[in-house]
Amino acid sequence: MRLLPLLLLLVNFSFAQQSKTTATEGLTPLKVYQDESVKIPSCDFKGLEPIFSQSDATTYVINFWATWCLPCVKELPYFEQLNEKYKDKNVKVILVSMDMPKKVETSLLPFVKKKNLQSEVIHLDDPDANAWIEKVDKDWSGAIPATVIYNRKERKFYERSFTYEELEKEVLSIINN
Amino acid sequence: MKTLKITAVFALVCLISAFTLVKSDSGYQIGDVATDFSLKNVNDKKVSLADFKEAKGFIVIFTCNHCPYAKAYEDRIIALDKKYKKLGYPVIAINPNNPEVQPADSFELMKERAKEKGFTFPYLFDEGQKIYPQYGATKTPHVYVLQKTKAGNVVQYIGAIDDNYSDEEAVKTKYVENAVDALLKNQEVPVKTTKAIGCSIKA
Repeated sequence: MRLLPLLLLLVNFSFAQQSKTTATEGLTPLKVYQDESVKIPSCDFKGLEPIFSQSDATTYVINFWATWCLPCVKELPYFEQLNEKYKDKNVKVILVSMDMPKKVETSLLPFVKKKNLQSEVIHLDDPDANAWIEKVDKDWSGAIPATVIYNRKERKFYERSFTYEELEKEVLSIINN
Repeated sequence: MKTLKITAVFALVCLISAFTLVKSDSGYQIGDVATDFSLKNVNDKKVSLADFKEAKGFIVIFTCNHCPYAKAYEDRIIALDKKYKKLGYPVIAINPNNPEVQPADSFELMKERAKEKGFTFPYLFDEGQKIYPQYGATKTPHVYVLQKTKAGNVVQYIGAIDDNYSDEEAVKTKYVENAVDALLKNQEVPVKTTKAIGCSIKA
């Protein structure tokens, strides 16, 4: 029983020792779509999965969206605003696009270019959604928009839309926990 | 210490039962009896499950006009109806979206879409968005396979149509077909619930 604190300390230490790669570096994309300066890696879930378990000091805000999803597009500016305001404060916004693979070149790339999105965009190409939805969160029904906010201390999942104020409040509550 | 333990266990039990209650409030689970309804079809006539005297059950699909996932499945939904209507499991499609929020899902545009695609099944409008919350549908498409029993229409499968929305050719597991095939043989449904990406219902 007396060994428990020591054990916990050890576990903690080993977590802290894990690699400090950024989300993009940890990715193994199936392919990379590119249009001039806009680059979008496309992954299956296995390739994307590392972004949900980073152990560095960053707070990750991961939003599932698609160009055709009205409530998603409506809240995108709030994620961009958050990214802009907190990018130097250890917050990283990642926009995971669920656009159909055949729409990446005709819809997603032009959209990202036109809106000049600054947050990192990754395309998820994995149609067997039943195999991975619960790996994101067991409470996710599969509807988008959906968002995961986590750091090494806390993790929250939201199957809902946000206003900027709501989003910032959630992020701050996790950072300040 | 013992009191503390008992209190802790009691709190845990309360917590678990509280979650269970929330869960059952948020829609049907496998084995629940699904509500019937009377909803307007694209031919302006009301449709209820009770109208299908000969049916052995139903493939109820919450779907809509605008959602790319729903569109990707339209042909497969027609094929399901063609295959299973004659075996006693007709498709009943319901659009749960509020057209004030999603104008592409208006009743008029439902009529157009049904005609364009030659829907062989009723395509009903959940006017006032009253039925989908009872089922617990959260997105389109979202399937409920019901089996008609003396107790009512019992939910036997909830989830996706198959395991590949983007490429019909690449489908490996046809969840809905497997469920209905099992029910037709009086067997247990092999996979009772699945999850799929879909468009959130616009209420």
